[in-house]
Amino acid sequence: MRSRNVFIWTVRLLMWLAAGITAALTLFLLGYVLIKGLPNITWELLSTRPSYLTGRIGILPDILNTVYIIIATLVFVLPLGVGAAIYLTEYATNKRVVGIIEYAAETLSGIPSIIYGLFGTLFFCNFMDLNKSLLAGALTLVIMNLPTVMRTTQESLKTVPQSYREGAFGLGAGKWRVIRTVVLPSCVDGVITGCILSVGRIVGESAALLFTAGFAHALNGFFEGLSSSGATLTVALYVYATEEGDFEVAFAIAAILMILTLLINLSAILIGKYFERKNKV
Amino acid sequence: MKNDKLFERIVHGIFLILGLVTVACVLLITVYLVVSGIPAIAQIGLWDLLFGKAWVPTGSEPQFGILPFILSSVYGTAGALVLGVPIGFLTAVYLSKKASPKVKQLMSAAVSLLAGIPSVVYGLVGMMVLVPGIRDLFSLPDGASLLAAIIVLAIMILPSIISVSITALDAVPKEYEDASLALGATPEETWFRVSVPAAKSGIATAVVLGVGRAIGEAMAVMMVSGNVANMPSLFESVRFLTTAVSSGMGYADGLYRQALFSIALVLFLFIMLINAVLNFFLKGEKRS
Repeated sequence: MRSRNVFIWTVRLLMWLAAGITAALTLFLLGYVLIKGLPNITWELLSTRPSYLTGRIGILPDILNTVYIIIATLVFVLPLGVGAAIYLTEYATNKRVVGIIEYAAETLSGIPSIIYGLFGTLFFCNFMDLNKSLLAGALTLVIMNLPTVMRTTQESLKTVPQSYREGAFGLGAGKWRVIRTVVLPSCVDGVITGCILSVGRIVGESAALLFTAGFAHALNGFFEGLSSSGATLTVALYVYATEEGDFEVAFAIAAILMILTLLINLSAILIGKYFERKNKV
Repeated sequence: MKNDKLFERIVHGIFLILGLVTVACVLLITVYLVVSGIPAIAQIGLWDLLFGKAWVPTGSEPQFGILPFILSSVYGTAGALVLGVPIGFLTAVYLSKKASPKVKQLMSAAVSLLAGIPSVVYGLVGMMVLVPGIRDLFSLPDGASLLAAIIVLAIMILPSIISVSITALDAVPKEYEDASLALGATPEETWFRVSVPAAKSGIATAVVLGVGRAIGEAMAVMMVSGNVANMPSLFESVRFLTTAVSSGMGYADGLYRQALFSIALVLFLFIMLINAVLNFFLKGEKRS
Protein backbone atom coordinates (compact mmCIF):
# COMPACT_ATOMS: atom_id res chain seq x y z
CA MET A 1 0.00 0.00 0.00
CA ARG A 2 2.78 2.40 0.88
CA SER A 3 4.66 1.90 -2.34
CA ARG A 4 1.44 2.60 -4.19
CA ASN A 5 1.08 5.87 -2.36
CA VAL A 6 4.67 6.74 -3.13
CA PHE A 7 4.03 6.03 -6.82
CA ILE A 8 0.87 8.11 -6.88
CA TRP A 9 2.44 11.08 -5.21
CA THR A 10 5.64 11.01 -7.25
CA VAL A 11 3.62 10.86 -10.43
CA ARG A 12 1.33 13.67 -9.31
CA LEU A 13 4.26 15.82 -8.30
CA LEU A 14 6.08 15.22 -11.56
CA MET A 15 2.99 16.03 -13.59
CA TRP A 16 2.38 19.24 -11.71
CA LEU A 17 6.02 20.15 -12.07
CA ALA A 18 6.04 19.50 -15.82
CA ALA A 19 2.80 21.36 -16.46
CA GLY A 20 4.04 24.16 -14.23
CA ILE A 21 7.27 24.44 -16.19
CA THR A 22 5.38 24.60 -19.49
CA ALA A 23 3.00 27.27 -18.19
CA ALA A 24 5.80 29.27 -16.58
CA LEU A 25 7.89 29.15 -19.76
CA THR A 26 5.05 30.47 -21.87
CA LEU A 27 4.26 33.25 -19.42
CA PHE A 28 7.92 34.15 -19.08
CA LEU A 29 8.53 34.30 -22.83
CA LEU A 30 5.41 36.36 -23.40
CA GLY A 31 6.06 38.72 -20.49
CA TYR A 32 9.77 39.11 -21.11
CA VAL A 33 9.47 39.92 -24.79
CA LEU A 34 6.55 42.31 -24.29
CA ILE A 35 8.16 44.12 -21.35
CA LYS A 36 11.48 44.47 -23.14
CA GLY A 37 9.95 45.28 -26.49
CA LEU A 38 6.81 47.36 -26.07
CA PRO A 39 8.55 50.47 -24.65
CA ASN A 40 10.79 50.53 -27.72
CA ILE A 41 7.93 50.60 -30.19
CA THR A 42 7.50 54.18 -31.29
CA TRP A 43 5.51 55.72 -34.08
CA GLU A 44 8.74 56.79 -35.73
CA LEU A 45 10.02 53.21 -35.70
CA LEU A 46 6.83 51.93 -37.29
CA SER A 47 6.37 54.63 -39.88
CA THR A 48 9.82 55.33 -41.33
CA ARG A 49 12.58 53.62 -43.16
CA PRO A 50 16.12 53.43 -41.83
CA SER A 51 18.38 56.30 -42.76
CA TYR A 52 22.11 56.19 -42.36
CA LEU A 53 22.34 59.95 -42.69
CA THR A 54 20.38 60.67 -39.55
CA GLY A 55 21.05 57.33 -37.86
CA ARG A 56 17.32 56.78 -37.71
CA ILE A 57 15.99 53.23 -37.62
CA GLY A 58 12.55 52.45 -38.99
CA ILE A 59 10.92 49.15 -39.75
CA LEU A 60 8.16 50.24 -42.12
CA PRO A 61 9.89 48.55 -45.09
CA ASP A 62 10.15 45.30 -43.13
CA ILE A 63 6.47 45.45 -42.19
CA LEU A 64 5.49 46.07 -45.82
CA ASN A 65 7.79 43.30 -47.04
CA THR A 66 6.12 40.90 -44.63
CA VAL A 67 2.69 41.89 -45.94
CA TYR A 68 3.83 41.60 -49.58
CA ILE A 69 5.32 38.18 -49.05
CA ILE A 70 2.17 36.96 -47.27
CA ILE A 71 -0.02 38.13 -50.16
CA ALA A 72 2.27 36.73 -52.84
CA THR A 73 2.59 33.36 -51.10
CA LEU A 74 -1.16 32.99 -50.54
CA VAL A 75 -1.96 33.92 -54.16
CA PHE A 76 0.09 30.95 -55.32
CA VAL A 77 -0.41 28.45 -52.53
CA LEU A 78 -4.23 28.63 -52.28
CA PRO A 79 -5.08 27.42 -55.79
CA LEU A 80 -2.34 24.80 -55.66
CA GLY A 81 -3.27 23.47 -52.23
CA VAL A 82 -7.03 23.56 -52.74
CA GLY A 83 -6.68 22.01 -56.18
CA ALA A 84 -4.54 19.20 -54.84
CA ALA A 85 -7.01 18.55 -52.03
CA ILE A 86 -9.93 18.46 -54.48
CA TYR A 87 -8.04 16.04 -56.68
CA LEU A 88 -7.37 13.75 -53.73
CA THR A 89 -10.92 13.71 -52.36
CA GLU A 90 -13.01 14.08 -55.52
CA TYR A 91 -11.09 12.65 -58.43
CA ALA A 92 -8.40 10.23 -57.38
CA THR A 93 -9.51 6.64 -57.58
CA ASN A 94 -6.09 5.02 -57.63
CA LYS A 95 -4.99 4.32 -54.05
CA ARG A 96 -1.33 4.25 -55.07
CA VAL A 97 -1.50 7.77 -56.49
CA VAL A 98 -3.24 9.07 -53.37
CA GLY A 99 -0.62 7.38 -51.22
CA ILE A 100 2.24 8.89 -53.20
CA ILE A 101 0.78 12.42 -53.07
CA GLU A 102 0.10 12.18 -49.36
CA TYR A 103 3.57 10.82 -48.71
CA ALA A 104 5.03 13.69 -50.73
CA ALA A 105 3.04 16.21 -48.69
CA GLU A 106 4.24 14.63 -45.46
CA THR A 107 7.82 14.74 -46.69
CA LEU A 108 7.45 18.41 -47.59
CA SER A 109 6.16 19.29 -44.15
CA GLY A 110 9.14 17.56 -42.56
CA ILE A 111 11.84 19.33 -44.55
CA PRO A 112 13.57 22.01 -42.43
CA SER A 113 13.32 25.60 -43.57
CA ILE A 114 17.06 25.99 -44.09
CA ILE A 115 16.89 23.31 -46.80
CA TYR A 116 14.01 25.18 -48.42
CA GLY A 117 16.18 28.26 -48.29
CA LEU A 118 19.00 26.47 -50.05
CA PHE A 119 16.69 24.98 -52.65
CA GLY A 120 15.07 28.37 -53.20
CA THR A 121 18.49 29.91 -53.78
CA LEU A 122 19.38 27.25 -56.32
CA PHE A 123 16.08 27.01 -58.11
CA PHE A 124 14.22 30.31 -57.86
CA CYS A 125 17.14 32.72 -57.44
CA ASN A 126 19.66 31.12 -59.77
CA PHE A 127 17.85 28.81 -62.17
CA MET A 128 14.74 30.94 -62.68
CA ASP A 129 16.85 34.05 -62.52
CA LEU A 130 14.75 35.87 -59.95
CA ASN A 131 17.85 36.78 -57.95
CA LYS A 132 17.36 37.64 -54.31
CA SER A 133 13.82 38.95 -54.29
CA LEU A 134 10.62 38.80 -52.32
CA LEU A 135 9.10 36.82 -55.17
CA ALA A 136 11.80 34.16 -54.89
CA GLY A 137 11.17 34.08 -51.13
CA ALA A 138 7.42 33.84 -51.62
CA LEU A 139 7.74 30.97 -54.10
CA THR A 140 9.95 29.12 -51.63
CA LEU A 141 7.29 29.64 -48.96
CA VAL A 142 4.63 28.37 -51.36
CA ILE A 143 6.27 24.94 -51.35
CA MET A 144 6.62 25.06 -47.56
CA ASN A 145 2.95 25.89 -46.99
CA LEU A 146 1.50 23.66 -49.70
CA PRO A 147 1.03 20.66 -47.36
CA THR A 148 -0.70 22.82 -44.73
CA VAL A 149 -3.31 24.26 -47.10
CA MET A 150 -3.77 20.87 -48.72
CA ARG A 151 -4.36 19.13 -45.40
CA THR A 152 -6.81 21.64 -43.93
CA THR A 153 -8.81 21.74 -47.17
CA GLN A 154 -8.86 17.96 -47.32
CA GLU A 155 -10.14 17.75 -43.75
CA SER A 156 -13.02 20.10 -44.51
CA LEU A 157 -13.86 18.31 -47.77
CA LYS A 158 -14.18 15.08 -45.84
CA THR A 159 -16.98 16.63 -43.77
CA VAL A 160 -19.08 17.36 -46.88
CA PRO A 161 -21.81 14.68 -46.80
CA GLN A 162 -21.64 12.26 -49.71
CA SER A 163 -25.39 12.71 -50.17
CA TYR A 164 -24.88 16.33 -51.30
CA ARG A 165 -22.68 15.16 -54.14
CA GLU A 166 -25.01 12.32 -55.04
CA GLY A 167 -27.96 14.70 -55.00
CA ALA A 168 -26.21 17.03 -57.40
CA PHE A 169 -25.16 14.18 -59.68
CA GLY A 170 -28.70 12.87 -59.59
CA LEU A 171 -29.96 16.20 -60.86
CA GLY A 172 -27.74 15.71 -63.86
CA ALA A 173 -24.83 17.96 -62.93
CA GLY A 174 -21.40 17.14 -64.34
CA LYS A 175 -18.41 16.54 -62.10
CA TRP A 176 -17.02 20.05 -62.46
CA ARG A 177 -20.42 21.60 -61.76
CA VAL A 178 -20.75 19.53 -58.60
CA ILE A 179 -17.32 20.64 -57.46
CA ARG A 180 -17.98 24.27 -58.25
CA THR A 181 -21.43 24.49 -56.69
CA VAL A 182 -21.41 21.88 -53.92
CA VAL A 183 -17.86 20.98 -52.93
CA LEU A 184 -16.00 24.28 -53.19
CA PRO A 185 -18.43 26.38 -51.12
CA SER A 186 -18.30 23.88 -48.29
CA CYS A 187 -14.52 23.78 -48.03
CA VAL A 188 -14.31 27.48 -47.23
CA ASP A 189 -13.63 26.84 -43.55
CA GLY A 190 -10.72 24.54 -44.36
CA VAL A 191 -9.26 27.09 -46.74
CA ILE A 192 -9.54 29.86 -44.16
CA THR A 193 -7.92 27.71 -41.48
CA GLY A 194 -5.16 26.86 -43.94
CA CYS A 195 -4.71 30.57 -44.66
CA ILE A 196 -4.36 31.43 -40.99
CA LEU A 197 -1.86 28.64 -40.36
CA SER A 198 0.11 29.67 -43.43
CA VAL A 199 0.17 33.31 -42.42
CA GLY A 200 1.51 32.22 -39.02
CA ARG A 201 4.26 30.23 -40.66
CA ILE A 202 5.15 32.99 -43.11
CA VAL A 203 5.33 35.62 -40.37
CA GLY A 204 7.60 33.38 -38.32
CA GLU A 205 9.82 32.14 -41.12
CA SER A 206 13.38 33.36 -41.34
CA ALA A 207 15.88 30.69 -42.39
CA ALA A 208 14.21 30.08 -45.75
CA LEU A 209 14.02 33.80 -46.49
CA LEU A 210 17.51 34.89 -45.48
CA PHE A 211 19.07 33.73 -48.74
CA THR A 212 16.09 33.86 -51.06
CA ALA A 213 14.62 37.25 -50.18
CA GLY A 214 17.70 38.92 -48.77
CA PHE A 215 17.82 41.68 -46.20
CA ALA A 216 17.45 45.08 -47.81
CA HIS A 217 15.35 47.74 -46.10
CA ALA A 218 14.17 49.74 -49.11
CA LEU A 219 10.68 51.19 -49.18
CA ASN A 220 8.87 49.81 -52.23
CA GLY A 221 5.43 49.44 -53.71
CA PHE A 222 3.94 45.96 -54.11
CA PHE A 223 5.19 44.93 -57.54
CA GLU A 224 8.44 46.80 -57.25
CA GLY A 225 8.91 45.18 -53.83
CA LEU A 226 8.33 41.68 -55.18
CA SER A 227 11.12 42.00 -57.67
CA SER A 228 13.65 43.45 -55.26
CA SER A 229 15.42 42.11 -52.22
CA GLY A 230 13.84 42.82 -48.86
CA ALA A 231 13.85 41.72 -45.23
CA THR A 232 10.70 40.55 -43.50
CA LEU A 233 10.23 41.32 -39.80
CA THR A 234 11.88 38.09 -38.64
CA VAL A 235 14.88 38.53 -40.90
CA ALA A 236 15.16 42.16 -39.76
CA LEU A 237 15.10 40.99 -36.13
CA TYR A 238 17.91 38.56 -36.88
CA VAL A 239 19.99 41.20 -38.63
CA TYR A 240 19.47 43.81 -35.91
CA ALA A 241 20.22 41.33 -33.11
CA THR A 242 23.30 39.64 -34.57
CA GLU A 243 24.91 41.87 -37.16
CA GLU A 244 24.08 45.32 -35.83
CA GLY A 245 23.82 44.47 -32.12
CA ASP A 246 20.84 46.81 -31.77
CA PHE A 247 18.81 44.94 -29.19
CA GLU A 248 16.27 47.70 -28.60
CA VAL A 249 15.04 47.46 -32.17
CA ALA A 250 15.34 43.66 -32.06
CA PHE A 251 13.10 43.48 -28.99
CA ALA A 252 10.64 45.95 -30.48
CA ILE A 253 10.32 43.67 -33.53
CA ALA A 254 10.11 40.63 -31.25
CA ALA A 255 7.23 42.23 -29.36
CA ILE A 256 5.44 42.98 -32.62
CA LEU A 257 5.96 39.39 -33.75
CA MET A 258 4.70 38.15 -30.40
CA ILE A 259 1.52 40.22 -30.71
CA LEU A 260 1.03 38.98 -34.27
CA THR A 261 1.47 35.39 -33.11
CA LEU A 262 -1.09 35.96 -30.36
CA LEU A 263 -3.56 37.46 -32.82
CA ILE A 264 -3.07 34.65 -35.33
CA ASN A 265 -3.55 32.02 -32.64
CA LEU A 266 -6.61 33.78 -31.31
CA SER A 267 -8.23 34.04 -34.72
CA ALA A 268 -7.47 30.37 -35.40
CA ILE A 269 -9.24 29.42 -32.16
CA LEU A 270 -12.20 31.73 -32.80
CA ILE A 271 -12.63 30.62 -36.40
CA GLY A 272 -12.38 26.97 -35.35
CA LYS A 273 -15.15 27.53 -32.80
CA TYR A 274 -17.28 29.44 -35.28
CA PHE A 275 -17.13 26.69 -37.86
CA GLU A 276 -17.73 24.04 -35.26
CA ARG A 277 -20.94 25.77 -34.24
CA LYS A 278 -21.95 26.32 -37.86
CA ASN A 279 -21.37 22.69 -38.80
CA LYS A 280 -23.42 21.44 -35.87
CA VAL A 281 -26.50 23.38 -36.91
CA MET B 1 -22.62 16.37 -75.17
CA LYS B 2 -19.25 15.51 -76.60
CA ASN B 3 -18.02 18.94 -75.67
CA ASP B 4 -19.07 18.38 -72.08
CA LYS B 5 -17.07 15.21 -71.87
CA LEU B 6 -14.01 16.89 -73.26
CA PHE B 7 -14.45 19.74 -70.80
CA GLU B 8 -14.73 17.34 -67.85
CA ARG B 9 -11.60 15.58 -69.03
CA ILE B 10 -9.67 18.83 -69.18
CA VAL B 11 -10.81 19.78 -65.68
CA HIS B 12 -9.82 16.34 -64.44
CA GLY B 13 -6.41 16.81 -66.03
CA ILE B 14 -5.94 20.21 -64.41
CA PHE B 15 -6.73 18.83 -60.95
CA LEU B 16 -4.44 15.88 -61.56
CA ILE B 17 -1.61 18.28 -62.34
CA LEU B 18 -2.37 20.33 -59.21
CA GLY B 19 -2.34 17.13 -57.19
CA LEU B 20 1.01 16.13 -58.57
CA VAL B 21 2.65 19.48 -57.76
CA THR B 22 3.64 18.24 -54.31
CA VAL B 23 5.25 15.15 -55.79
CA ALA B 24 7.07 17.28 -58.33
CA CYS B 25 8.34 19.58 -55.55
CA VAL B 26 9.71 16.67 -53.54
CA LEU B 27 11.42 15.23 -56.60
CA LEU B 28 12.81 18.60 -57.61
CA ILE B 29 14.20 19.30 -54.14
CA THR B 30 15.73 15.83 -53.93
CA VAL B 31 17.30 16.06 -57.37
CA TYR B 32 18.68 19.54 -56.74
CA LEU B 33 20.16 18.60 -53.38
CA VAL B 34 21.73 15.39 -54.68
CA VAL B 35 23.09 16.96 -57.86
CA SER B 36 24.58 19.95 -56.07
CA GLY B 37 25.80 17.90 -53.11
CA ILE B 38 27.69 15.26 -55.06
CA PRO B 39 30.54 17.30 -56.65
CA ALA B 40 32.08 18.31 -53.33
CA ILE B 41 31.75 14.77 -52.00
CA ALA B 42 33.53 13.49 -55.10
CA GLN B 43 36.29 16.04 -54.73
CA ILE B 44 36.82 15.80 -50.98
CA GLY B 45 36.07 12.12 -50.61
CA LEU B 46 33.11 10.73 -48.72
CA TRP B 47 35.21 9.46 -45.82
CA ASP B 48 37.18 12.68 -45.34
CA LEU B 49 34.01 14.74 -45.53
CA LEU B 50 31.90 12.69 -43.11
CA PHE B 51 34.62 11.79 -40.63
CA GLY B 52 37.08 14.65 -40.96
CA LYS B 53 37.34 16.50 -37.69
CA ALA B 54 38.61 19.83 -38.99
CA TRP B 55 36.56 22.42 -40.86
CA VAL B 56 38.93 25.00 -42.33
CA PRO B 57 37.22 25.95 -45.59
CA THR B 58 39.24 29.06 -46.39
CA GLY B 59 42.81 28.20 -45.37
CA SER B 60 45.68 27.74 -47.80
CA GLU B 61 45.15 24.01 -47.30
CA PRO B 62 41.40 23.87 -46.88
CA GLN B 63 39.92 21.02 -44.88
CA PHE B 64 36.30 20.00 -45.13
CA GLY B 65 35.51 17.64 -42.28
CA ILE B 66 31.91 17.88 -41.15
CA LEU B 67 32.05 15.39 -38.28
CA PRO B 68 31.85 18.26 -35.75
CA PHE B 69 28.59 19.45 -37.33
CA ILE B 70 27.08 15.98 -37.50
CA LEU B 71 27.96 15.23 -33.89
CA SER B 72 26.81 18.65 -32.68
CA SER B 73 23.46 18.15 -34.40
CA VAL B 74 23.09 14.65 -32.99
CA TYR B 75 24.13 15.63 -29.45
CA GLY B 76 22.07 18.80 -29.54
CA THR B 77 18.99 16.88 -30.63
CA ALA B 78 19.60 14.13 -28.08
CA GLY B 79 20.04 16.70 -25.32
CA ALA B 80 16.87 18.52 -26.33
CA LEU B 81 15.00 15.21 -26.18
CA VAL B 82 16.40 14.37 -22.75
CA LEU B 83 15.12 17.69 -21.42
CA GLY B 84 12.02 18.17 -23.53
CA VAL B 85 10.44 14.72 -23.76
CA PRO B 86 9.84 14.12 -20.02
CA ILE B 87 8.44 17.61 -19.52
CA GLY B 88 6.30 17.44 -22.65
CA PHE B 89 5.10 13.91 -21.98
CA LEU B 90 4.13 14.57 -18.35
CA THR B 91 2.44 17.84 -19.30
CA ALA B 92 0.46 15.97 -21.95
CA VAL B 93 -0.68 13.28 -19.50
CA TYR B 94 -1.68 15.97 -17.00
CA LEU B 95 -3.62 17.97 -19.57
CA SER B 96 -5.27 14.98 -21.19
CA LYS B 97 -6.30 13.13 -18.04
CA LYS B 98 -6.17 15.25 -14.92
CA ALA B 99 -6.65 18.90 -15.78
CA SER B 100 -10.09 20.48 -15.68
CA PRO B 101 -11.51 21.45 -19.08
CA LYS B 102 -10.81 25.12 -18.40
CA VAL B 103 -7.16 24.50 -17.53
CA LYS B 104 -6.83 22.21 -20.52
CA GLN B 105 -8.23 24.83 -22.87
CA LEU B 106 -6.02 27.56 -21.47
CA MET B 107 -2.88 25.45 -21.53
CA SER B 108 -3.62 24.23 -25.05
CA ALA B 109 -3.79 27.85 -26.13
CA ALA B 110 -0.45 28.45 -24.37
CA VAL B 111 1.08 25.47 -26.13
CA SER B 112 -0.07 26.62 -29.56
CA LEU B 113 1.34 30.05 -28.75
CA LEU B 114 4.69 28.40 -27.97
CA ALA B 115 4.46 26.59 -31.30
CA GLY B 116 3.76 29.81 -33.14
CA ILE B 117 6.52 31.98 -31.70
CA PRO B 118 9.06 32.61 -34.49
CA SER B 119 12.40 30.91 -34.01
CA VAL B 120 14.29 34.20 -34.14
CA VAL B 121 12.35 35.32 -31.06
CA TYR B 122 13.47 32.17 -29.25
CA GLY B 123 16.98 32.95 -30.43
CA LEU B 124 16.80 36.53 -29.20
CA VAL B 125 15.53 35.58 -25.74
CA GLY B 126 18.14 32.82 -25.60
CA MET B 127 20.84 35.32 -26.51
CA MET B 128 19.77 37.79 -23.83
CA VAL B 129 18.78 35.43 -21.00
CA LEU B 130 20.30 31.97 -21.45
CA VAL B 131 23.71 32.84 -22.80
CA PRO B 132 24.64 35.33 -20.04
CA GLY B 133 22.97 33.02 -17.49
CA ILE B 134 25.10 30.05 -18.49
CA ARG B 135 28.20 32.24 -18.60
CA ASP B 136 27.69 33.45 -15.03
CA LEU B 137 26.43 30.16 -13.62
CA PHE B 138 29.37 28.11 -14.82
CA SER B 139 31.84 31.05 -14.89
CA LEU B 140 32.71 30.58 -18.55
CA PRO B 141 34.30 33.17 -20.81
CA ASP B 142 31.28 32.89 -23.13
CA GLY B 143 27.89 31.34 -22.53
CA ALA B 144 27.13 30.70 -26.21
CA SER B 145 27.40 26.93 -26.10
CA LEU B 146 25.92 23.56 -26.91
CA LEU B 147 24.06 23.71 -23.58
CA ALA B 148 22.32 26.95 -24.55
CA ALA B 149 21.30 25.42 -27.87
CA ILE B 150 20.01 22.29 -26.13
CA ILE B 151 17.82 24.31 -23.77
CA VAL B 152 16.39 26.45 -26.57
CA LEU B 153 15.71 23.36 -28.71
CA ALA B 154 14.09 21.58 -25.76
CA ILE B 155 11.65 24.48 -25.39
CA MET B 156 11.03 24.61 -29.12
CA ILE B 157 10.11 20.92 -29.40
CA LEU B 158 7.78 21.04 -26.36
CA PRO B 159 4.67 22.14 -28.30
CA SER B 160 4.84 19.37 -30.90
CA ILE B 161 5.48 16.75 -28.23
CA ILE B 162 2.65 18.01 -26.02
CA SER B 163 -0.01 18.49 -28.67
CA VAL B 164 0.60 15.23 -30.53
CA SER B 165 0.76 13.26 -27.27
CA ILE B 166 -2.48 14.84 -26.05
CA THR B 167 -4.23 13.81 -29.25
CA ALA B 168 -2.98 10.25 -28.80
CA LEU B 169 -3.92 10.12 -25.10
CA ASP B 170 -7.37 11.60 -25.72
CA ALA B 171 -8.03 8.88 -28.28
CA VAL B 172 -7.54 6.03 -25.79
CA PRO B 173 -10.94 4.31 -25.44
CA LYS B 174 -12.68 5.16 -22.19
CA GLU B 175 -13.51 1.48 -21.60
CA TYR B 176 -9.83 0.64 -21.10
CA GLU B 177 -9.55 3.17 -18.33
CA ASP B 178 -12.88 2.28 -16.79
CA ALA B 179 -11.90 -1.38 -16.69
CA SER B 180 -8.65 -0.56 -14.96
CA LEU B 181 -10.40 1.70 -12.44
CA ALA B 182 -13.05 -0.93 -11.77
CA LEU B 183 -10.31 -3.43 -10.98
CA GLY B 184 -9.16 -1.14 -8.19
CA ALA B 185 -6.30 0.77 -9.82
CA THR B 186 -6.00 4.41 -8.85
CA PRO B 187 -6.41 7.06 -11.57
CA GLU B 188 -2.67 7.69 -11.68
CA GLU B 189 -1.92 3.99 -12.07
CA THR B 190 -4.52 3.78 -14.80
CA TRP B 191 -3.07 6.69 -16.76
CA PHE B 192 0.49 5.46 -16.70
CA ARG B 193 -0.08 1.71 -16.94
CA VAL B 194 -3.10 1.60 -19.23
CA SER B 195 -3.57 4.86 -21.12
CA VAL B 196 0.08 5.58 -21.88
CA PRO B 197 0.86 2.09 -23.21
CA ALA B 198 -2.31 2.25 -25.31
CA ALA B 199 -1.19 5.58 -26.79
CA LYS B 200 2.43 4.61 -27.24
CA SER B 201 2.63 4.82 -31.02
CA GLY B 202 1.11 8.32 -30.91
CA ILE B 203 3.60 9.37 -28.26
CA ALA B 204 6.43 7.88 -30.30
CA THR B 205 5.20 9.93 -33.25
CA ALA B 206 5.36 13.02 -31.06
CA VAL B 207 8.96 12.29 -30.12
CA VAL B 208 10.01 11.67 -33.71
CA LEU B 209 8.36 14.94 -34.75
CA GLY B 210 10.39 16.62 -32.01
CA VAL B 211 13.56 15.07 -33.40
CA GLY B 212 12.74 16.45 -36.82
CA ARG B 213 12.12 19.93 -35.47
CA ALA B 214 15.27 19.94 -33.36
CA ILE B 215 17.62 18.69 -36.05
CA GLY B 216 16.20 21.10 -38.62
CA GLU B 217 16.19 24.27 -36.54
CA ALA B 218 18.67 26.85 -37.77
CA MET B 219 18.09 30.43 -36.67
CA ALA B 220 17.53 29.99 -32.94
CA VAL B 221 20.53 27.66 -32.71
CA MET B 222 22.63 30.06 -34.72
CA MET B 223 21.91 32.86 -32.26
CA VAL B 224 22.78 30.96 -29.07
CA SER B 225 25.43 28.38 -29.97
CA GLY B 226 28.32 30.69 -30.83
CA ASN B 227 28.78 29.06 -34.22
CA VAL B 228 32.41 27.89 -33.97
CA ALA B 229 33.21 24.59 -35.69
CA ASN B 230 34.38 22.74 -32.56
CA MET B 231 33.88 19.09 -31.79
CA PRO B 232 30.82 19.18 -29.54
CA SER B 233 31.24 19.70 -25.83
CA LEU B 234 28.54 20.96 -23.51
CA PHE B 235 30.13 24.26 -22.55
CA GLU B 236 31.82 25.10 -25.80
CA SER B 237 30.65 26.97 -28.82
CA VAL B 238 29.43 24.60 -31.53
CA ARG B 239 28.11 24.63 -35.04
CA PHE B 240 25.21 22.44 -36.18
CA LEU B 241 24.57 21.04 -39.67
CA THR B 242 21.88 23.68 -40.17
CA THR B 243 23.96 26.59 -38.94
CA ALA B 244 26.97 25.45 -40.97
CA VAL B 245 24.83 25.87 -44.08
CA SER B 246 23.30 29.19 -43.09
CA SER B 247 26.49 30.80 -41.84
CA GLY B 248 28.45 30.03 -45.00
CA MET B 249 25.79 30.59 -47.64
CA GLY B 250 26.16 34.34 -47.68
CA TYR B 251 29.71 34.55 -48.94
CA ALA B 252 31.08 31.07 -49.76
CA ASP B 253 32.20 30.24 -53.28
CA GLY B 254 33.97 27.45 -55.17
CA LEU B 255 34.55 24.21 -53.32
CA TYR B 256 33.49 25.83 -50.03
CA ARG B 257 30.05 26.58 -51.47
CA GLN B 258 29.77 23.08 -52.90
CA ALA B 259 30.73 21.60 -49.54
CA LEU B 260 27.82 23.52 -48.00
CA PHE B 261 25.50 21.76 -50.41
CA SER B 262 26.99 18.44 -49.32
CA ILE B 263 26.22 19.38 -45.71
CA ALA B 264 22.66 20.15 -46.73
CA LEU B 265 22.48 16.77 -48.45
CA VAL B 266 23.63 15.04 -45.24
CA LEU B 267 20.99 16.98 -43.29
CA PHE B 268 18.38 16.03 -45.89
CA LEU B 269 19.28 12.35 -45.55
CA PHE B 270 18.86 12.63 -41.78
CA ILE B 271 15.42 14.18 -42.30
CA MET B 272 14.38 11.50 -44.80
CA LEU B 273 15.42 8.85 -42.30
CA ILE B 274 13.33 10.56 -39.61
CA ASN B 275 10.40 10.77 -42.05
CA ALA B 276 10.66 7.06 -42.72
CA VAL B 277 10.59 6.32 -38.99
CA LEU B 278 7.66 8.71 -38.59
CA ASN B 279 5.73 6.96 -41.33
CA PHE B 280 6.41 3.64 -39.68
CA PHE B 281 4.82 4.86 -36.43
CA LEU B 282 1.93 6.55 -38.23
CA LYS B 283 1.14 3.32 -40.05
CA GLY B 284 1.31 1.44 -36.75
CA GLU B 285 -1.20 3.88 -35.32
CA LYS B 286 -3.60 3.46 -38.22
CA ARG B 287 -3.49 -0.30 -37.86
CA SER B 288 -4.22 -0.32 -34.14
